[in-house]
Amino acid sequence: MAINKRIYNGRKRSNVFFLTLSTLAAVFGLIWLALILSTLFYKGFAGLSLKVFTEMTPPPGQDGGLANAIFGSVVMSLLAVAAGTPIGILAGTYLAEYGRYSKLADTVRFINDILLSAPSILIGLFIYVVIVATTHTFSAWAGAAALTVIVIPVVVRTTENMLLLVPNGLREAATALGAPRAMVIKAVTWRAARAGIVTGVLLAIARISGETAPLLLTVLSNQFWSTHLGGPVASLPVIIFNFAMSPYEDWHKLAWAGALLITIAVLTLSIFARLLESSKKQ
Amino acid sequence: MAEIALNTTMSVSQEKVAAVKRSGAGDVRFRILSFSAAALVVLIFLGMMAALADGAWPAIKAFGWSFVTSEKWNPVSEEFGALASIYGTLISSFLAMGLAVPVGIGIAIFLTEICPLPLRRPIGIAIELLAGIPSIVYGIWGLFTFAPFFQEHVQPWIVDAVVDIPILQDIFAGPPYGIGIFTASFILSIMIIPFISAVTRDVFETVPGHLKESAYAMGCTTWEVVWHVVLPFSRAGVVGGAMLALGRALGETMAVTFVIGNSHRIHSSIFAPGTTISATVANEFTEAVGDVYKSSLVEAGLILFFISFVVLASAQIMLRILHKRAGGISG
Repeated sequence: MAINKRIYNGRKRSNVFFLTLSTLAAVFGLIWLALILSTLFYKGFAGLSLKVFTEMTPPPGQDGGLANAIFGSVVMSLLAVAAGTPIGILAGTYLAEYGRYSKLADTVRFINDILLSAPSILIGLFIYVVIVATTHTFSAWAGAAALTVIVIPVVVRTTENMLLLVPNGLREAATALGAPRAMVIKAVTWRAARAGIVTGVLLAIARISGETAPLLLTVLSNQFWSTHLGGPVASLPVIIFNFAMSPYEDWHKLAWAGALLITIAVLTLSIFARLLESSKKQ
Repeated sequence: MAEIALNTTMSVSQEKVAAVKRSGAGDVRFRILSFSAAALVVLIFLGMMAALADGAWPAIKAFGWSFVTSEKWNPVSEEFGALASIYGTLISSFLAMGLAVPVGIGIAIFLTEICPLPLRRPIGIAIELLAGIPSIVYGIWGLFTFAPFFQEHVQPWIVDAVVDIPILQDIFAGPPYGIGIFTASFILSIMIIPFISAVTRDVFETVPGHLKESAYAMGCTTWEVVWHVVLPFSRAGVVGGAMLALGRALGETMAVTFVIGNSHRIHSSIFAPGTTISATVANEFTEAVGDVYKSSLVEAGLILFFISFVVLASAQIMLRILHKRAGGISG
């Protein structure tokens, strides 16, 4: 019995030891979240004022805001979502409805998953070679194209997942009424999966609003108010990058304010997406 | 009366036939449309490969294999070798994995086995928020907050502590810059922890309850259940999740660019500044003058494309194996 006791205690000790380590791992993760968010809010709010939304990016040493960068970001994101969402939804529909069990669809699914996690700077290089190098100009169009390439796989993935959750009974019922396949998809399955598809689009917007690397290679930036999409325009992430890398204190302040704006936008979008998703599941 | 009724049904059915024909054509159109969208996804991927290869061609022709074996990166004499970038990419990612994998798995164990039920969702969401923060935010936080703190309070202390230990003194050597390979790896690991923990937690949840229950019934402790039942069962998924995170770390750009120091040198110390492929491209691309310089940066991108393709494809395969097996068991 003495030996048993020793084994027993040893097992108990290692149990306590490893479970404590696991708990510490969770604490470790939460600490960094708290540290990053508190620094961001502290420094970001210090730089935030009405001017941030109404004035242009300033030269060093002068007052200014981020209005042109916010405008550029919003325009390029809207363009990318407008172009990427229909393509993504249709491709996701093909995977879930027409090619659910086919080899071909499996290949598309595989490639889509790779694109989903492909380094975004490579997408920037790709668009640079295809668009910027052939048109000989950095432009908002090229930036929007790069963001579109990022939007598509996100929307494909969520659309497919959400369509797969739609019960087959719904499709069968509609087909039994004589509705053709396209009508079943458009009027029944899309409608049933609507919240899920919107979730996918929100996640895609969240994903592109912080993207910096592809914009750096395709749009450059612009110090002025520019609505000319055929040329460089400012965008929040690139301005943050340029300003943070500079030696000027005022620019750092604006960079923090911009970072706070992006983070608030991204976190709000992902929380909305999560709410939509969970309301769908219930 | 009967005749009239017959007539109306006939005309109605003719209309129906026409309608079915019309919608049949619409059906085909819709099918072709959705198929083209799916084909476009494949085209984007192939186009990316072709464009990178095309853009890299001048550099491939000019330098051949020396591009991957040489450490020399000299824009003035137009001699380029990406070895330092490749080394930095690999070493920073693997160091990040060394910290992130155990912590990520630990968080998954905590969330599935230890955490009280009402806290599971909020803590899970909080950890996933870490993945939602844009990488540029990690970058400026790393540059302005983490690096100075590390430089003043941690790095000198570590350098002093290992000064007499043979191998460690080389690994942790050098003036305390704050920025460098180690700082980049540390921030990378914080970024990828949520990916590992999220995938691992999902995979842990596919372990059938009766397997765990039978282990508990034999008197196993919680840790023994995790070690002998949960982990072996979900091995493929955990490896898949880790590879996915590795793919992310390899290609991560902004967070690394801010804090790695951007130096094309291979140094034995992990405190020394270095660079990665993506940081080099982000930093130098818009300032690169001359076709060979630009093309060299694209070739570096092509190499990154191959490395991350191999890693991400293996991740997908691992996750699929698990998915099939889990499907087989529950179905």
